[in-house]
Parts: sequence; structure tokens; C-alpha cells
Amino acid sequence: MSSLLVKGARLLGEDAADILVEDGVVREVGSVSAPGDAQVIDADGLVALPGLVDMHVHLREPGREDAETIATGAAAAAVGGFTAVCAMANTTPVTDTAEAAERILDLGAATGLVDVQPIGAVTKGLEGEQLAELGLMHRSRARVRLFSDDGKCVRDARVMRRALEYIRAFDGVISQHAQDTDLAGPQACCHEGELSGRLGLPGWPGVAEETVVARDVMLARHTGSRVHVAHVSTAESIEIIRWAKAQGLRVTAEATPHHLMLTTDLLAGYDPVYKVNPPLRPEEDAEALRAALADGTIDIVATDHAPHARHDKEHAFVDAAFGMLGLETSLAVISDLMVATGRMSWADVARVMSTAPAQIAGLEGHGRPIETGSPGNLTLIDPDASVTVDAARSKSLSRNNPWHGRTLKGAVHSTILRGRVTATGGDLA
Amino acid sequence: MTRRHLLSIDDVDEGQIREILATAGEMHDVQHREVKKLPALRGRTVVNLFFEDSTRTRSSFEIAGKWLSADVINISAKGSSASKGESLRDTAMTVAAMGVDALVIRHSASGAAHQVSQWIDAAVINAGDGTHEHPTQALLDAYTLQRHHGDLAGRHIAIVGDLTHSRVVRSNLLCLTKLGARVTLVAPVTLMPSGIASWAAAEGFSVSSDLDEVLAGGVDAVMMLRVQKERMSGGYFPTPREYTIGYGLTRPRLDALVAANPEVAICHPGPMNRGLEISADAADAAQSLVLDQVSAGVAVRMSVLYHLLASGEPDRGYAA
Repeated sequence: MSSLLVKGARLLGEDAADILVEDGVVREVGSVSAPGDAQVIDADGLVALPGLVDMHVHLREPGREDAETIATGAAAAAVGGFTAVCAMANTTPVTDTAEAAERILDLGAATGLVDVQPIGAVTKGLEGEQLAELGLMHRSRARVRLFSDDGKCVRDARVMRRALEYIRAFDGVISQHAQDTDLAGPQACCHEGELSGRLGLPGWPGVAEETVVARDVMLARHTGSRVHVAHVSTAESIEIIRWAKAQGLRVTAEATPHHLMLTTDLLAGYDPVYKVNPPLRPEEDAEALRAALADGTIDIVATDHAPHARHDKEHAFVDAAFGMLGLETSLAVISDLMVATGRMSWADVARVMSTAPAQIAGLEGHGRPIETGSPGNLTLIDPDASVTVDAARSKSLSRNNPWHGRTLKGAVHSTILRGRVTATGGDLA
Repeated sequence: MTRRHLLSIDDVDEGQIREILATAGEMHDVQHREVKKLPALRGRTVVNLFFEDSTRTRSSFEIAGKWLSADVINISAKGSSASKGESLRDTAMTVAAMGVDALVIRHSASGAAHQVSQWIDAAVINAGDGTHEHPTQALLDAYTLQRHHGDLAGRHIAIVGDLTHSRVVRSNLLCLTKLGARVTLVAPVTLMPSGIASWAAAEGFSVSSDLDEVLAGGVDAVMMLRVQKERMSGGYFPTPREYTIGYGLTRPRLDALVAANPEVAICHPGPMNRGLEISADAADAAQSLVLDQVSAGVAVRMSVLYHLLASGEPDRGYAA
């Protein structure tokens, strides 16, 4: 029998208690004296949250193991405080079959660092035409309930409607990358606005996101199915989502740490590290996202962790790959931006980074309250530590890290997966 | 390591622009000498690294370098290593590793020269980056207009055409404004850069979609921009005919313009689509400075190369 005693952690940032985890399950919460063989973590001053869940990461395996593997991505996740991540389907080959999904599940399990839940493609090959084997992926050992063509938008309204209807049988959900490619075409590489006009860069107007969000909200209403809006980036998208929720529609939404904190003016130096899809927006949009995250209109934080090999980023801005790292810095960004500023409590962070994403993605072993009987998945946070991000220390294989050099208040102290410490102090345990 | 670049007109202030234009005037005289060589850049190597086709810009940089006694090498990266998957960084570093003093870069991507300047030690001159800037074009336009009109302070200049896809307009806007000119940009809304209204408010220039109204208000110069063929089918405007009637420098507009102001200057950075944005009558009018612009190109580029490379002081330059 393995025992772990977390001594004196503030549960969700409130009262301190001891947490005893035995055989991967929380056995007791309160004032606990350590069994003789227990590993003890002195958590005085630390905040304990249920293990963090990231519903949106790109792990690049299979196909681009030079940028990230499931093992390196899992290591970055563990260091970042995560006990579960959902791996997007846009690998090579695409995760559009039961076999592909099970392979990712198994590679994730082999890491022992984090549960890797495969996300299934909505359409075969992400081509937007034929439905992928949604039902077979759900029936597989991977139990896929979350589907996405992320990286691409499910453009065809008829395909989106059919997919939503089809997955209702098993209460699936589609995470939509909302981008009308007629309004934001293949060259679009940054927010369309005054700066893109000055820089001469082809822009991606907010309306290219909002029209798709609006359409999908209406399809959610029509089908009664669940739609999740990935990486919301504009204030107007938020208004549409707010309306949908007021109507009682089953629409959820996520914001990334980078859309919450970073803004389009960073592009002035044409550094491709800031090139991401959807693009960084102006401060007004970032502020609207922060407000919406605090008031619950945005349900969750997800990183859209998108590693890229250096040789895919070291191009002219329009030619460089889209995406940035996020797993190791997500908690620190939210802590710095939302908790240290008093806009959210640690209980709110537990909701947006653990409970809600686990619920949306259908991960039953995650996002559970810290109480007797729950799986022993915990993230311990030092709320007062200020850490300066060093890209070179990353566990990711890639270095496209927009956070490098930033000092953020709040750091992951330790990550615990089913009673085993996976990471501590920025390194694997 | 000190770096000296001309990436954007924002890299030079008004005084530096005036200095470049004054030196260009001296260089211009060299063009009319029998022996055109100056020894200023002897022993210096200038590489024209062109990722995009260009005739006039590349050749005028080449002549400018040669008349200053620099060794000038042309590398056409189009269809060479770049298309074989070599990154921009590798291409630039490979060329820089040969020990060049200045890299003159033309690239189809906005910001390319800016990025290259961060990777290498040689001086970088932006010879056109995507739809961003073309600073030496703006300098030669200012030079040409200044020779025609004298000081440009208070002069009203209309720039007309495809503003969205023009690197010339961005550099000209910055340059003419710094020299005190009043600039009005004219185009159908579909051919205006995004966010132009707040940009105009911040920088103090005007924007209009009514060419006749702008011309009737009185102008000292009109700069007509090329409308690229590929835009015509892009839904930016209905038909070439409609564009010409709305925004072309047609014969009737030319007549009205000259009647109102015989000293008006007509510019076009070339290559011209005669009959589309500019009529042949306007292109060849006595008021047309189109060929003066070409001739000024060499002098201005000599001046830029001179100012960036000839000084013995390593910290002299225009951009950090």
C-alpha cells in the first residue's frame, strides 16, 4: 500500500487541512497523522486544487515527433500542474479511428505522468466532408466523447449539423475552431486592425470567428447537442456565447492564457513566436475575455499548447507556423492575471482549470472535489512564488515560448497523479 | 556590435531624411559626369538579395553601389534555396557569413527585412517587404517632388490606388508627413488598409474615397499607385472600367488638374498600367515626373548606401 500525506495545504485556497492519499485514492481529509510508511509533503502555505485538466493541447505524436512527443508533452503537462490533457486530433495520421485513439491513450498511459485523453476528429482526415468514425471512437477503450477538427473549422453547416446530431446518442461534444476561411483566408496571420494595416500583414478579422460562433450556437439550439467554442478571442464572440447560455443552450467556451494576457501589439517586431491562430487581439478583447472568465461566460481555460520545431517558426512572419507553448505556464498566467489581481479565487481556478474541463470532456477520474473517495489527483500551488519563465528549461521539445522572460506570480509546486508525485519544483519528480 | 539599417522610414527622422536627400542631390550630379565612379565604398561589399522579381529597384541599387565603387553581387533567391525549403534565417545567415557589409533585401513577406536585421550583423536595407514598406522608393519620391516643388512643407499630396497591397504608400505616408506635407489617401474602401481611420487620426493624414472631391480641393501632387492585375478578380472592385472612372487619372481629370494648378506633379512608382490607374496622356504629360523618379532612384540609393556604409564611425546610422 502506498501512502502520500499532503500536510497543511489550503484546500482551494481556504482552510488548511491534511490530505491522505492511499492507493491512488483520497482516504482522508482533515487532521491526519501520517502512517509510518507515508511520503509526506509539507504543504504549509501551499494551495491544493484538484489536478488540473487541459482540454486542448497538441502533442504532435504521431507525425511530428521532432516538435513534441506524447512523452515530452506529458512531462510539460506534469510540470505545469496537469493530471489530464486532451490531445487534439490533427496529428499525422489524424485521430479519426478507434485504433488511432487507443494508440494515443496507450502512449499517454505509458508515460505515467498524466492521463492523455485523445480527442477524435469530427471529419475523416480533418477534411470537413465525411464524418469520422465518431461512434467507434466512443466505443473504443479511449471512450472518446470530445471531438474536434481543431486547426481547421468544420465549415460546412450540414456536416456540423449531422455531427452534432450523431454524437447526441452518447452525449458527445464538438469543440469548434471557429474560423470562416472566406473571411480569414490562408494568408491571414494576425488580428485585422490598425496595426496589421501599418505592418502590411494580412489580417484575420474578429467577424471571421463570430459568424461561425453564431452559426454553431444556432445549430446547438436546433440539434439540442453540445457545442464547445475553442479558444474564443473576441468580445463579440463572448456576447454571442452569453446570449446562448441565457437561452439555456448547451454551449461552453474556452479561453487560452495567451488570449487572456498577450495582445496584438506584440507583433510590431514581426517575431513569429507571437503568431497564433486565432491571433492575439487588442487589449479590449483580452479584457473582455478576463471579465467573461471571471463571470463564468467562459467556462474554462485551455492552453492550445502548440509546439513547433524551430525550422517551422524561423520564417518570414506570414510563412511561419501558427501556435505557441502553454502547458508549463498556464497556471502561473491565470494566477498572476486573475488571482493575484483579486478577480478570481482559487476555487474559481479549480472550476475553470479542473472541474469544468473534466466535465465537458467527460473525464470521470478528474476534476473531482478534494474529499474522501476522490481519485488522488492534486495540484499544489505556491501562490506567492514569482517565477521568471525560462524557455530553455521547458520540458517541451519545442521553444516557441511567448512567455520567456516574463515574471509571473504563482507557481506550481507539485503535481500528484493518483497519489504519485509526478512533478515538483518545475522538474519531473 | 552596432547595426545600421534602413528597414522603415520610421528609422530616420526629419533631419536624417533631409540629409539623405541633400546628399542625393550631390550624387545626382555624378550621374551626369563622364566618369561616374566615386571611391566612397571601395572595398565594401553589397549584396542584393532578392526573393522577388524586380528590375528597376535591383538594377538601381546595383548601379548605385557600383558608382560608389562597392563590390555588388546580385542573388536571386527566388526559385533557389528558398523554394527548396531553406528558411529565411538560413538564407540570410548564409549570405551574411560570406562577409558582406550590406544586404539589400526584397521579399514578398512583410517584415522580412526587419527579421533578417535581427539575425545578422551586416547593414540591412529594405528594398521592399511584402505590403509593408519600401523606404528608398519613398525617399526618391520625396527627392523628386522636392526638386520640382522645393520644400514640401505645407504641400498637399494625394496618393491614389491600391493602398492595402502597396508598400510604397506606407513608406511615402511616413516620409511625406515627416517632411511636413499634407497627405490624403484615396481609394475605394476595399483597397484601404485595415484600421485606416484610427491610423489617420493618430498620424494626421486624411482619407477619402472620392477622388474628384480631393482633387477639387487643390493638390500639389498626385501619386498614382499600380493596381495589380490579380486584384481585379479579387472582388476588390467590380470592373476595371469602374475603377478607372472612379479612381484613374483620366484625361478629363488631368485637364481639370492642370487647369487648376499648372505646377501639379504627377508621380507613379511604376510599373504603370496605362489605361487603368493612369491614362497615357497623364503618364506622358509635361507635369509627369515618372522618369525623374527613375533617374532619382540611383542618386537616392547612392546616398543611402553612402550614409549607412561610408562613415568611419561605427555607431553612425539610422536604426538601432
